[in-house]
Formats: sequence, structure tokens, C-alpha cells
Amino acid sequence: MTAQQVRTHSIDMSSVLRDQKKTDEPNEACIKVENLNLFYGEKQALYNVNMEMFKKKVTAYIGPSGCGKSTLLRCINRMNDLVDSVTIEGKILLDNENIYDKTVNVAALRRRVGMVFQKPNPFPKSIFENVAYGLRIQGINDKRILEETVENSLRGAALWDEMKDRLNDNALGISGGQQQRLVIARAIAIEPEVLLLDEPASALDPISTLKIEELINELKEKYTIVIVTHNMQQAARVSDYTAFMFMGELIEMGTTSELFTNPQKKQTEDYITGRYG
Amino acid sequence: MIKAWFKSGTPWVWLNAAAVSACLIMVVGVLGLILVRGAGHFWPSQIVQFSYQEPDGKIQTIIGEHVDTSITPAAMAKSTGYKMADDEDTLVQYLVKAGNRDITGTDFRWILERNVKQQQAPAELMVVERREWGNFYGRLVAVKESGKIIAEGDGAWPIIQTRIDQALAVFEEITYLEKKEIGAINYSLEKLRLEQKKLQLKNRWDAAAEQRLAAEKADLEIEYKKHQAQLSELYKKIRRDSLVAKTESGTEVEIPLNKVVRVFQPNTMSLFDKIGHYGVKVLEFLTDDPREANTEGGIFPAIFGTVMMVMMMSIIVTPFGVIAAVYLREYAKQGFITRLIRISVNNLAGVPSIVYGVFGLGFFVYILGGNIDQLFFPEAAPAPVYGTPGLLWASITLALLTLPVVIVSTEEGLARIPSSIREGSLALGATKLETLWLTVLPMASPAMMTGLILAVARAAGEVAPLMLVGVVKLAPTLPLDGNYPFLHLDRKFMHLGFHIYDVGFQSPNVEAARPLVYATALLLVLVIVGLNLAAIIIRNNLREKYRALEG
Repeated sequence: MTAQQVRTHSIDMSSVLRDQKKTDEPNEACIKVENLNLFYGEKQALYNVNMEMFKKKVTAYIGPSGCGKSTLLRCINRMNDLVDSVTIEGKILLDNENIYDKTVNVAALRRRVGMVFQKPNPFPKSIFENVAYGLRIQGINDKRILEETVENSLRGAALWDEMKDRLNDNALGISGGQQQRLVIARAIAIEPEVLLLDEPASALDPISTLKIEELINELKEKYTIVIVTHNMQQAARVSDYTAFMFMGELIEMGTTSELFTNPQKKQTEDYITGRYG
Repeated sequence: MIKAWFKSGTPWVWLNAAAVSACLIMVVGVLGLILVRGAGHFWPSQIVQFSYQEPDGKIQTIIGEHVDTSITPAAMAKSTGYKMADDEDTLVQYLVKAGNRDITGTDFRWILERNVKQQQAPAELMVVERREWGNFYGRLVAVKESGKIIAEGDGAWPIIQTRIDQALAVFEEITYLEKKEIGAINYSLEKLRLEQKKLQLKNRWDAAAEQRLAAEKADLEIEYKKHQAQLSELYKKIRRDSLVAKTESGTEVEIPLNKVVRVFQPNTMSLFDKIGHYGVKVLEFLTDDPREANTEGGIFPAIFGTVMMVMMMSIIVTPFGVIAAVYLREYAKQGFITRLIRISVNNLAGVPSIVYGVFGLGFFVYILGGNIDQLFFPEAAPAPVYGTPGLLWASITLALLTLPVVIVSTEEGLARIPSSIREGSLALGATKLETLWLTVLPMASPAMMTGLILAVARAAGEVAPLMLVGVVKLAPTLPLDGNYPFLHLDRKFMHLGFHIYDVGFQSPNVEAARPLVYATALLLVLVIVGLNLAAIIIRNNLREKYRALEG
């Protein structure tokens, strides 16, 4: 990416609310959540959530801490299965298939729905091996394919120019912002359909945050993105749709510009105007 | 004032520092003691000629090494029956290693310092290290070949050296023939005998088999005869020469050279010679077989046995412990039962080691080994193969003993791996197994190595259970040799720890053995340090590679 491009992007970002017409295009639902209830043991964490997320759009979940937005996000690639006491009712349809169906192969699902976590979590391996990890577990060991994919993924995560000379360095030796982009490169290396980002910039400094946001803007050309964020400005900058959650319920969902300028519910308005949260 | 001092925390710091110093002093003291006592043993000490007045008034010459001095307060000496003059405060006694056990009956004697009239160190005094009867101290008189004197007086010394070198070369050949060649033949013969018995037991003993075995046996016997002839030739050669020496009391002794290891005159040796001698002795100690009820010679079989047993134990305990820990931490449902298992495992580490020895003997040796013998080696009966203590059972018993350590540290290592790493792997579509193998286990490998280090440190020093399950005072063969299948897990072995006990406390010649106790102890420490260092280096490399946990 050239310096020129970076500048145009940042100008683009600074206009907080994007053109309405972008979201006017016909949308195709990629993920549908239907009547989702989730319990941690006795405690209910999600209450009857219904929503749709559209192909190649960015959907942001906002809401105060503990409102269930990360939990909802982790339902989409069944990460909550790892919690022993969890019970889930309802459906999540990915391309009209219920991912909670008994016949679904969870590992295969997670290959279609990639995820990036709050704290960068590269493996203690080389940068190359980190990106190649997803391919290797699929049994792809052809050096040429690996090299090509690693390069493309790193380019996709805007990291190639910084990393191309140190592919064999340990991934733990690079900065937090670079690590987070490396983790994104690792996720897109296996070409998922959906990318889930769980507060991807909350542990990063402002410049790294900006880079991640630019990256999200580019990635939505190819992927359906769902992002959880604490930061309402960030939601406004990067997303096409925003969902506001509160106490485990989906309060309101709409195009980002609409939700921020003209919220329908009082709770939403209170939250985005900073009255609580 | 005092109150303020206490409040400032200074006394606490002092107390901590004092505790650390005390620990350091003790460790350094232990190492220093065994180092000085153990390493000093091989230094060629002077031979002193004492003119000594015996209690009955006669003056006598005693030659030997001055080994030790004991100083007793007068009152205590009196109470044990020594006559003390009024102006004497202490009773000083020397321990002299006078050797010549074949003539005088003892190697060592205590003499009173006040009765020593004169001390000298004549140059011509020599030490003869022998394969039997311990050292000989005296003067060289003559060298004989086939009973005829070929050199005498001053001319004898250079000749005896070359003759001994020749004899040693022959001796080495004999040892090689007896141990390697004839040993291999005996091993093959024994195998043939077992094969015959096996065939007979299975009712397949027919003329063809008989013919085949007889032919093989005949071949071996021909070879054996050949070696036998060679051997008797060599024996004739080595018995040809002998040396004649005179003791301090004037008795002349003839020592055949096949019984001599080396001859030297310590009083004429320069520092350089002594260093050379020291090096040779240390090397002998490290690489030779023991002689004379383990009080002379080397301890190579014990070093080998210790290292071998520790390695076998590591090979057994690591996979077992790791697999158990992985199940407990990664797969088992965490709850009351896993907690119970964990507590039991921790408590197993506290069970006295002799209990493991008893278990090993009762279960592994008698039950397991006995059944293996019945099932697979019926031809060997009534002699046991695996139904008797041996290397395999010793290794398994010690593996059982150290299993808790490996399980606990592996579990800790697994628990320390951040869940974000596991989630990262799972989110990429890896299954739990792939996540375990590709990220979790490699990252936990330093912890596994820590467990192994602790296990090795414990196992290498363990003696009590080994006495029940496989260690012996003197093993005729190493558990690893050139006879197929090379590694003989059923054999008994020697062990440094047991060697210390045996030499120090079960030896007929305690005084002679004492320095060896220290030397062996030093070596045991060095072996354990060496094994541990190797493991620590591997662990540090792994840590460097997977240092994610610090982030």
C-alpha cells in the first residue's frame, strides 16, 4: 500500500458517517440468528436474539461490558462449545445451514468462520509457520502453495512489506499491532467466508488501531465481517450495520448511520450519547 | 531504638541472608569433603620408613603410607587403657598402610607417635599394586624369567618396568579372549542348549534338529578349543616372569607378573610423574572393572549401570507421565474424581522408596516376570530369565517411583498455557488433538523436561529399592554387549549408590575401601550433575523456543 492510498483512506475514515447509498444495495443474508438463547449453567446470558448479517458487509456489536456481545460472536463459530457448562437453544444459519445441527463438523465450520481475538495470540513459532498453520492442519505441506498463501495472506493483512525479510523470526518478537495483523493474516490464510473480530484493537495503540480499521475496510471486499467493539467511534468508522445489545438482549439493529443518527429505542440513544455504559 | 530497627525490616533481611549462607556453606562443605577425600585417594603418597619401638621395647622397621593421624585427649586415652605421662596432653597415633596382607595378615596398623624413633623416605622403596592381596611395599631384589634370575640389584628396576608392560599387554589379550570371544561362545552354547530344550518341550525334537544343533555346537566347540589353546599359550607367557622383593622384615617374596598391575617408587617421583600417575589411576578408576571385592580397580560397570538404568527409566517414565497428565488436564472432566486422582498422585511421591522396591519385587519380578518366564521361556526353567531382579524391573520400579513428579510438572506446564493459544488454534479449524500436538504439547515441553530433570535427580540417587529389584555387588557382564540382542534387560547390574554402600560397609577391608567411598560418592554426584545438566540444557533450548508464557 502506498502512502498516497493511506492518506485517501484516512480521509475516508474521518467522515464518520458514510454515504447512505452504500447500504442501499441489495443485501444477501449470510448469517441468520434465530431465537438464540444461551445459558452458562443456570445463568442466562443471551435472550432470544434474532438478527441477520449480510454478505461482505461489516456488522458491529456495541453495548456495555457484559451485555453478551462477545458471547453472541463466539456462538457464530461455536467457540462457546469449549465452555463446559454452556447450553444453547435456537439456531444460527450460515448460508441457510444450521451450524448447531448435530451433523455439523465443528472444525470444518471454524475453517469457514475465522476468528481474531482481543489479545493478539500468535503461536510461539515463526511468522511463516503462524500463517501456514491453518493450511498445515488441513494437510497442505506443498512448499510452493504454502509460500504463495503466506505471501498473499500477509499482503491481505497489510503486513507483507514489514515481514517479508523476517518470515523465519519468532512471531512473539514483533509488536502488538503487527501481531494482531499477523493473526488476521493467519485467519484469512484458510480463506474463510466470515471473519469474527472480538475487540481486535482494544489492546493496541492508536496508530495500530487505525491500521486495523483500514484493514477491516479492505477485508470486507472479500469477507463478511462481524466485529465486537467497545468503542462507538470505531463502530461508526468501520461498520455498515450496527447492533446494540444490552443485558443479553438485542435492543436495536440497523444501518450504522441510522442507528447513530436516529436511534429508535431510548436505551440505544442513552448509550450512544454517553449517558451510561 | 531496637524497636525501630525491627520495624525497619533489617533483621528479617539478615535472617534470610543467614539462611541462604547456611545452605551454601553446607552444600560447599559436602562437596568439598567428598572432593578432597575422594580425589586425594589417587595421589601417590610417600612411603615412609618408621623406626618404631614396639610396646615390648624391641625396635622394628615399618614401611608404608602414612594415611591418617588421630589425636586423642589424654584423659580419654587413659580411660581406654593407654599409659600417659603427666606432661602429655594428647595421644597422637598414625594410621599406616603397610600392605603385604599375604605376609602379615593386615594392611593397616595404628602406631603411637611417641614410639616412633625415626622417619625416613628411602628412594628405593617400591609399591607393587597386585591383583590379589592388596599392595606390596618393599624393596626390589631381582627379576626372574622362567625361574632364572635375569637382573638383580640396581639393574633390576628398568627391566621390571618393560617386563610388566609386556605382561600387561598379554593380560589384556587374555581378558579380551576370556570375556569377549569365549564369552560369546558360551552365550551361543547356552542359546543352543535352550533351543534344544524348547524343541523338546514342543515335541519337535527330531533327527534334523538334532543334527543341525549338533553341527552348530561342534563348530562352536572347535572355535572354543582354538581359543583355549591360544589362552594356555598366553597364560604360559604371562606366568613366565616374576619379581622377587624383600619386605621390611627381610622376608623375600616372589610375585609372578600376571598378578601385578603396576610397580612404582613414589619417593623418587617428581611432581610431573605424580600427576601422570594420578591421571592413570583416575582413568583406571573410571574405565576398569573392580578388583579384590571392589576395594581396588575401577567402577566402570557401576557407572555404566547407573547411567543405563536412569536412561531406561527416563524412556519409560516420560511418555507414561506425559500421557497421564494430558488425560488428567485436557480430557478428564474436572471434578471430584480428578481431584482425588491428583491428590493420590501427589501422595505417591511421598511413599518411601523401599516400599516401591517391595512392590517391584513382589509384582514385577515375581508375578510379571514369573509369568513371562512361564509363557515365553519355559525352556530355561528352573533358571529364571525375567523372574529374577534385573535391569528392566529396576527401571520400571524407578519409573513408577518418579512418575508422580513427571505427572505433576507436566500438568502444571499444561495449565500454564494460555487459553488464548488453544482458542487461536481451534478457531483455525484445528481439532483438539491437532491443537494438542501442534501447539500445546510443544509449549509444555519445557515443563515435561523439568519433570524429567527432577525424576532423574531422584532416580539416580535411589539405592534402597534397587537392592530388591536388580542391583548386585558384582555383575559379571554389562547389560549392553556384543551378543545379540545386545541389550540384555534381564541382567543384573551394578550401581554407584549401591557400590558406595557395599564398598564402605560390606567390605572385608574397611580401611582400604574408605577413600573409594568418597571417590565413588564424588563420581555419583558428577554423574547426576551431568545427566541433569544435559536435561537442563535441552529444557532451556525449548524454553527459548516457546517463550510465549512470559507475554
